Amino acid sequence: MAGVGAGAVAPTARALRWARPWPPAFLWLPAVLVAGAVLLPLAYLLVRTLGAGDEVWRLLFRARTLLVLGRSLSLAGAVAATTVALALPLAWLTARTDLPWRRLWAVLTSLPLVIPSYVGALVAVSALGPRGMLQGLLARPFGVDRLPEIYGFPGAWLVLSLLSYPYVLLNLRAALGRLDPALEEASRSLGHSAWATFRRVTLPHLRPALAAGALLVALYTLSDFGAVSLLRFETFTWAIYLQYQTSFDRTLAAALGLVLVVFAIGLLVLEGASRGRSRYYRSTAGAVRPPAVARLGKWRWPAVALCALVVLGAVALPLSVLGYWLVRGLLAGQALAPLGRATVNSLYVSGMAAAVVLVAALPVAVLSVRYRVWVVALLERASYVGFATPGIVVALALVFFGARYATPIYQTLALLVFAYGVLFLPTAVGAVRSSLLQINPNLEDAARSLGRTPFRAFAGITLPLIRPGLAAGAALVFLLTMKELPATLLLSPIGFKTLATSIWSSASEAFFARAAAPALLLVLASSLSLALMNLGERR
Amino acid sequence: MRRFIAYGKHLRAGLLGKTADKGKENHLNPWRSRATTLVAGLGILLAACGPAAEATPTTSPPPATPTPAPSSLTVYSGRAEDLVGPIIKQFGDLTGIKVQVRYGGTSELAATILEEGQRSPADVFFAQDPGGLGAVAGMLSPLPESVLSRAEPRFRSPEGKWVGISGRARVVVYNTSKLKETDLPASIGDFTDPKWKGRIGWPPTNASFQAMVTAMRVSWGEAKTRQWLEGIKANNPKEYRNNTAVVQAVGAGEVDVGFVNHYYLFRFLQEQGEAFPARNYHPKAGDPGAIILVAGAGILSTAKNKAAAQQFLDFMLSDVGQQYFASKTFEYPVVKGINTHRVLVPLEQIESPSIDVTNLADTKGTLELLRQTGVIP
Repeated sequence: MAGVGAGAVAPTARALRWARPWPPAFLWLPAVLVAGAVLLPLAYLLVRTLGAGDEVWRLLFRARTLLVLGRSLSLAGAVAATTVALALPLAWLTARTDLPWRRLWAVLTSLPLVIPSYVGALVAVSALGPRGMLQGLLARPFGVDRLPEIYGFPGAWLVLSLLSYPYVLLNLRAALGRLDPALEEASRSLGHSAWATFRRVTLPHLRPALAAGALLVALYTLSDFGAVSLLRFETFTWAIYLQYQTSFDRTLAAALGLVLVVFAIGLLVLEGASRGRSRYYRSTAGAVRPPAVARLGKWRWPAVALCALVVLGAVALPLSVLGYWLVRGLLAGQALAPLGRATVNSLYVSGMAAAVVLVAALPVAVLSVRYRVWVVALLERASYVGFATPGIVVALALVFFGARYATPIYQTLALLVFAYGVLFLPTAVGAVRSSLLQINPNLEDAARSLGRTPFRAFAGITLPLIRPGLAAGAALVFLLTMKELPATLLLSPIGFKTLATSIWSSASEAFFARAAAPALLLVLASSLSLALMNLGERR
Repeated sequence: MRRFIAYGKHLRAGLLGKTADKGKENHLNPWRSRATTLVAGLGILLAACGPAAEATPTTSPPPATPTPAPSSLTVYSGRAEDLVGPIIKQFGDLTGIKVQVRYGGTSELAATILEEGQRSPADVFFAQDPGGLGAVAGMLSPLPESVLSRAEPRFRSPEGKWVGISGRARVVVYNTSKLKETDLPASIGDFTDPKWKGRIGWPPTNASFQAMVTAMRVSWGEAKTRQWLEGIKANNPKEYRNNTAVVQAVGAGEVDVGFVNHYYLFRFLQEQGEAFPARNYHPKAGDPGAIILVAGAGILSTAKNKAAAQQFLDFMLSDVGQQYFASKTFEYPVVKGINTHRVLVPLEQIESPSIDVTNLADTKGTLELLRQTGVIP
């Protein structure tokens, strides 16, 4: 791993630290504010837990708590590993090869991200359950009476892997797009095979993006409630929800939430430690050309088959089940509610969240790449806390602080977008960070030596160069906001309906047709937006 | 005369209701023009979705309550919009009161109200189950006798903090291609028989299920309830997240029987037709497995619109409101003298146990028992 990116020319960390004693105020001031904001859920959990009695300790130190925590961690590990294995070939195929209909696949393979996990799980149960639709299809010709259990670990693992691999994919694609082809060419010219080049040159360069993506997946899995509850895999987050739902007990729920956050912080520290001090940018003079397109040759069609298989399982299957529900309900005379307003609301609030979160993520990402001191590292790690916390906890934390200390903006769009920021900030930070790692800081220094102010050097030189990362970050936040539920339900302006709340409202009461319509619209609206973004990226 | 007054009010409310709606639209959608271009592509699909469900025909005049000026009302509803949206809209249209509703899960909204404390913007909490109302009972103001007395005594809070709005029966839902009604035991207690091994589905974390267990503790006693839970556990029941999932599983034949609320079945029958192979069975002879539970509402003591809130409850308990729940959501009215839907077993014919809701308040004891027996974590 050492020497990645011709590190010999880059100054050492110590030299860097001395060269940049204090980051400019336009960076650290917003970053500190952002970090403070995202720590609100943690503050809330502490407040609630401290108000609890002895019962907390009895609950926490039961053997069962440990067991459930073990389940959560093993699920998070398995899902993270699977998503890396899925995303790596998909990212390479859709970013660097002559794969037929490459741009189409690029959009299609990122789509699972827009499917809410509760919808994905509901569909999985209906389609792949022991007596689901698949069993129905196999019953006549093959006499299959019952499929193996989908409930428990296998179902949760399958659904969460298929729905969350795009976190890794989007990060990876951005990194591949900015990877200097000269490195790979040098490796080939020195006699390495294509495979060895990929393994020894390309892959190490993708490590930050891979780690950032896998971390997001692991934390997402830790905090997911929709899929695990429907698929009956009892994780820690489920246990937290149970405290709210069965005992209406906020203190016990908070104590459990705190434990989850502590473990999430453990993961964050691990990932942070694995980063090391390698440099990932081109350090010599010269311009970066667009990367060469790999010819797939006879592998073209197997590659297409791989993409098709993933898209089939993660996108086409849920969509066709939803379509089936819709048609079945309509044929049975179910009336649908109009969804125009919900669609507009969803797009509007998601667009706003994407823009706001991106702006908030920039200073954090820049600081963490350019100023590698422990305070900054802590700051960047802190931005992940909200994402690792179950949505209901974040929502209640903001209810707590909003109703008390921010009454004028309580239950307004401003606070709602703020909540999305707390929840989704690290997705944007991760994406921006990994593309920023590939930019040589000397470029900015050159601009400054030519008389530019730090801010103008950053805005004029760095910002345009990290555009793929910005786009990926914005896309992630946009799609996550489209399907977000707990915070939207509790913190939106009253009467503010989105597609996600419409799906929830109908699905929770077994109106499958009425749930299918907004779910299909959600996927459609999200994919159109994604396609637009891809189009913008192309220009 | 009463009819005449109501008609005049209806007319006025129609106008007011419309202006109120417009105001809300402007408030919430200042971006509409810009965003319209964004979603132009979705136009076709949206158009196909058509208008909302048809308005409920008014069968009897709404209650004549004196309303000097139209006001506003904020409702936190743990009941889904698909269920209560139409009747709340009708209330707004008839009274001219601008009703704003926050929909969410009952427990999440209860937690929200607790976190908001004195600053809660909510006037009314409309909950899916008494557990949610009980959690915020300290923040509810006692209801006037005129509201309480509309509901049968067994369907309201003993302290007068909340009142039931609609009832649901606990039933055993069974797969009709595997079982006949005559195969089912009179008491839910007999499902501990080993012949039911691997054939039972239940939602142990569901509030209604837990209320049923509380009913068992009241009528059977602690020891027998524990035996029942352990007996069912020994039969390897399949756990599901909620009632919907259980009914779905019974229909698919994943399990043969399930312990649920009665009305979920009718959603499936509505969408999938009479061929959906599951039906409800009411246990007999005052069995706790046939208890009637309620969804209810209360008024917060911090409510800014108390008069409108009380009008809201009056309306939900009026003949119009009750008829809505009986005919549209397949629930049971909590007021005597309202006809139930023809597909339902009439309330009088269900041999439910005579348990006072007062005795269903001990949810803590039930949770403890469920934890001890390992039914819930």
